[in-house]
Amino acid sequence: MSGVRVLVGTRKGAFVLTSDAKRDHWNVSGPHFGGWEIYHVKGSAADPNRLYASQSTGWFGQLIQRSNDGGATWEPAGNKFVYDGEPGPHKWYDGTPHPWEFKRVWHLEPSLTDPDTVYAGVEDAALFRSGDGGQTWHELPGLRTHESGPSWQPGAGGLCLHTVLLDPAHAGRIYVAISAAGVFRTDDDGQTWRPMNRGLRSEFIPEPTAEVGHCVHRIAMHRSRPDVLFMQKHWDVMRSDDAGESWQEVSGNLPSDFGFVVDVHAHEPDTIYVVPIKSDSEHYPPDGKLRVYRSRAGGHEWEALTKGLPQRDCYVNVLRDAMAVDALDSCGVYFGTTGGQVYASADAGDTWAPIVRDLPAVVSVEVQTLP
Amino acid sequence: MIRVVLPAHLRTLAKTDDEVTLDVEGPVTQQSILDALEASYPMLRGTLRDHVTKRRRPFVRFFACEEDLSNESPDAPLPDAVATGAEPFLVIGAIAGG
Repeated sequence: MSGVRVLVGTRKGAFVLTSDAKRDHWNVSGPHFGGWEIYHVKGSAADPNRLYASQSTGWFGQLIQRSNDGGATWEPAGNKFVYDGEPGPHKWYDGTPHPWEFKRVWHLEPSLTDPDTVYAGVEDAALFRSGDGGQTWHELPGLRTHESGPSWQPGAGGLCLHTVLLDPAHAGRIYVAISAAGVFRTDDDGQTWRPMNRGLRSEFIPEPTAEVGHCVHRIAMHRSRPDVLFMQKHWDVMRSDDAGESWQEVSGNLPSDFGFVVDVHAHEPDTIYVVPIKSDSEHYPPDGKLRVYRSRAGGHEWEALTKGLPQRDCYVNVLRDAMAVDALDSCGVYFGTTGGQVYASADAGDTWAPIVRDLPAVVSVEVQTLP
Repeated sequence: MIRVVLPAHLRTLAKTDDEVTLDVEGPVTQQSILDALEASYPMLRGTLRDHVTKRRRPFVRFFACEEDLSNESPDAPLPDAVATGAEPFLVIGAIAGG
């Protein structure tokens, strides 16, 4: 019988939540790496038992952990992330030059076809790749050395490369998103990159329609239609129908178009999900009501999904990597909160229930659909 | 034989419950101890000092014989009591909240 494995990264460890396809009874395993910040845990599409986890603390730096048995046991992999060449400066918050310094891995994206190949999006922003299961890491320097690189400035969370999307249809095409530089795309497997931010408007930067400098929080695609992208920006929910060449706003009737997550239904490429957050200075849901918003039209028209979610006195946040979907016939949707809850819906968002309520603050949620 | 006491997180990472003992060839310095430690426990590489510059991570401190050695030269000889194993070399995570 098929099942689901939910991989949860928190401020104080990783947790693995498993269920059969009914998704009504859950086994909770963890904390793994207790006391460490786990920014991201993700499994290989080519080998579901191969997992990678990003483990860090301010004291002891970055570690990468690898599992070959679906998270039952782990072994440290390589943690040497060294920029290619002399990295030079980017801009600091006040506009002054600041040296490029490796801080942590925000996101691990395993190859779609090879369990030993995995990409790492890091802070300060750069993309690394390992071809040996995480033992050694090599930067793809064409991104960081893009001519706009010296102008990149950090968002509130740092100058982080937080999203990596591998295009399943176009060999060598990868999208990344950087706060606060924006979206970049390569079509030659990471050698050269182009900014993909036309149509974005950010009122809080000196040139609101600049080619680079936008605080993109998250982008998502559906595997069957990879030229269509959805974006949750610092403000605004956006859509691209031309592989990122241009973007249109689809915020529509959302109560707030600020937020962090965006994701796509596993079987309906135009059904998308966001969690509106009140503002950039008030990182909690509007009106104290935790609501997922679903659009079945690829944006513009949104419906609030509230059944099973707290509708009063709720002031948690949902961070950018903390939503995912499963691929069962009735698509499951999952998200985690800074209050330590992981909510699941086995009916595409119509109803929700917490899998767990009292974890440390959730940083990331990924889902594997198991055969 | 050199004795090294690691902070809890690194004992877990190194899969050791107690203090670590090391054989160090030549002069006993911070660098020679850390070289030997990382050779015996490669999973600790990068957690105490930078992979490339070998500079101590900012929130890591080194103590021995009730002295803070954190800002001493990595090549400076350590006290005889450390070199003989009478006293341990202490790796401490700086006290900070969170």
